[in-house]
Amino acid sequence: MLKIENLRVEVNGKTLLHDVNLEVGKGYTNVLFGPNGAGKSALMRTIMGFSEYKVVEGSILYKGEDITHLPVDERARRGLGIMMQRPPNMSGIKLRDLVYTVAKGEKDPDVLAENLDMQRFLDRDVNVGFSGGEIKRSELLQLAAQNPSLYLLDEPESGVDLVSIGHVGTKIRELLNQGIECPGERCQKGKSALIITHTGQILDYVQADRGYILCNGTVMCSGNPLKMLEEIKKKGYEECVKCKLMR
Amino acid sequence: MQADEINLKKKAESAIGKKAAFGEDFELEKFEEASKISEPIENMKELDEESQRTLLQVGVLPSEEGRAGTLLMKDNAISHTSLKDKNIELMSTRAALQKHEWLKDYAWNLVAVDADKYTAKSYLEDADGYFIRAPAGKKTVFPVQTCLLLGSKKVSQTVHNIVIVEEEARLDIITGCTTQKGVEEGLHLGISEMYVKKGATLNFTMIHNWAENIGVRPRTVVHVEEGGTFVSNYICLKPVRSVQSYPTVRLEGEGAVARLSTIAIAHPGSELDLGSRAIFNAPGTRAELISRTITTGGKVIARGEMIGNAAGAKGHLECRGLVLSNKGSQRAIPILEANVDDIELTHEAAVGKIAQDQMEYLMARGLTEDEAVGMIVRGFLDVGIKGIPEELRGEIEDTITQTALGM
Repeated sequence: MLKIENLRVEVNGKTLLHDVNLEVGKGYTNVLFGPNGAGKSALMRTIMGFSEYKVVEGSILYKGEDITHLPVDERARRGLGIMMQRPPNMSGIKLRDLVYTVAKGEKDPDVLAENLDMQRFLDRDVNVGFSGGEIKRSELLQLAAQNPSLYLLDEPESGVDLVSIGHVGTKIRELLNQGIECPGERCQKGKSALIITHTGQILDYVQADRGYILCNGTVMCSGNPLKMLEEIKKKGYEECVKCKLMR
Repeated sequence: MQADEINLKKKAESAIGKKAAFGEDFELEKFEEASKISEPIENMKELDEESQRTLLQVGVLPSEEGRAGTLLMKDNAISHTSLKDKNIELMSTRAALQKHEWLKDYAWNLVAVDADKYTAKSYLEDADGYFIRAPAGKKTVFPVQTCLLLGSKKVSQTVHNIVIVEEEARLDIITGCTTQKGVEEGLHLGISEMYVKKGATLNFTMIHNWAENIGVRPRTVVHVEEGGTFVSNYICLKPVRSVQSYPTVRLEGEGAVARLSTIAIAHPGSELDLGSRAIFNAPGTRAELISRTITTGGKVIARGEMIGNAAGAKGHLECRGLVLSNKGSQRAIPILEANVDDIELTHEAAVGKIAQDQMEYLMARGLTEDEAVGMIVRGFLDVGIKGIPEELRGEIEDTITQTALGM
């Protein structure tokens, strides 16, 4: 589904990511761990195609197609969808209008919003004055309207209170699994995802298949995500920063 | 002729060459005086389809459904007046001045005849226009609609409107100013004097839809008494050569309130010099002046002025300008003045292009660049059209979308 090879990314001439290799198979949910400032969000935004992030080396393949230099809307139309951590305030733009436009009029914003308990936000300006949890639900609502094949979720649990995490986590699982609980079937028919998590809380809700650790702008290693999380919880990322295993 | 009339005439004559403080100077002699005679239109629905569409685009319904009354002025003559709500008065200004002896105290009382050549010309031509009065306590349900139509080529239209909302009354007005198809060049001079008395509310919506070579010089002053509210929405989205206006609201009674919104698009070749001014002359008065302007190649000057002369006055001025073309320009000129200590006046001004992060946020949801621009532009102007009657919003939003995508 997604294959990243030897990626090097600059912002304003400064290298943020280098030698990044990563894959997400069809129907897989992969997780990206890493300390603050490692470049996780930068990687996700690069995959989505935000123009600030300049790919100077390597490639991004999506469903076998090289999308490294495609504009962001082209990528969205091919099936990439992102949940941003800090989306911009969109004054004057009503969430209802955005959801309707994104769904191309094919889905009823009220029905989608009801599922995410967001009805009362439909007539508000997108993201303006939204709390942490409301931003996540608004992002999920937009993604539900967009119906991407590959979900890029940037810290779905950040800024969300404990009660709302359950809600957000459950909704993410619903979107990714499309009602399929069997892991084998999910890999064939479900959605693919790359999820950034700092705390690992989201792993209580989604079945993660593979984990990656990103430190100092590069992927250090990959493996079983739950085992990785256990290690990170015990030792933090210091070991990873020092680790020479993958270099 | 009475002494004060002679006096006014002298003043006007001395000002006939006086250039306005702002905007391109139009030579009045280059325009013929528009006709004061026109054929009466009995039924607006009998107008040809083209004319009906012209009226609809400025919010004037030929069917007159849901309207308290209608007045149409073509060139310099009133060609249609009808009134459904008999509790209000609607007639030509000249007729009203003949009917009401007292009205002369209101005419040329707020706008000075010698303010500039345009006011002087309007006075000297004894300009006609609309007179609307809501009697004390009368709260109208439906708006009164008026249309000022420039119907002949290369003429100057002079208009003099007087609006009086008596104590505790409420009145809504929709005024559409436009040109008949084929009229590309001309001048529109419009004097408006509005009185909002104690506890009264006036909600005034004005839609301009001119043509590429029309000069427009409205001169508006509003007087608001104790507890009165004046709300104005001004919309100008189509090409025009030059509009220069600076409506002034004088808040003369305790607790008087004004809220003025402007939304405008300057197309290539258009020059829009739009301002609004609030003068706080009584304690506890409040005002909000908002402007949202876009240039797709034309020139915008967004002025705003607040003058605080009384304690407890509170005002906010907001000018935001979007630049959607390299050829256009945006200039915001906010002015705040406090003349007593207990005053709170603030302003916020911003000009620039659409933020890249907003564009890409929408494009990451699959919207094309054009769709994203359209949505952002509609959102940008949305703040300014909140107070507009619901049925006008669709038309306005369509125009905005077309303009945004037509670049």
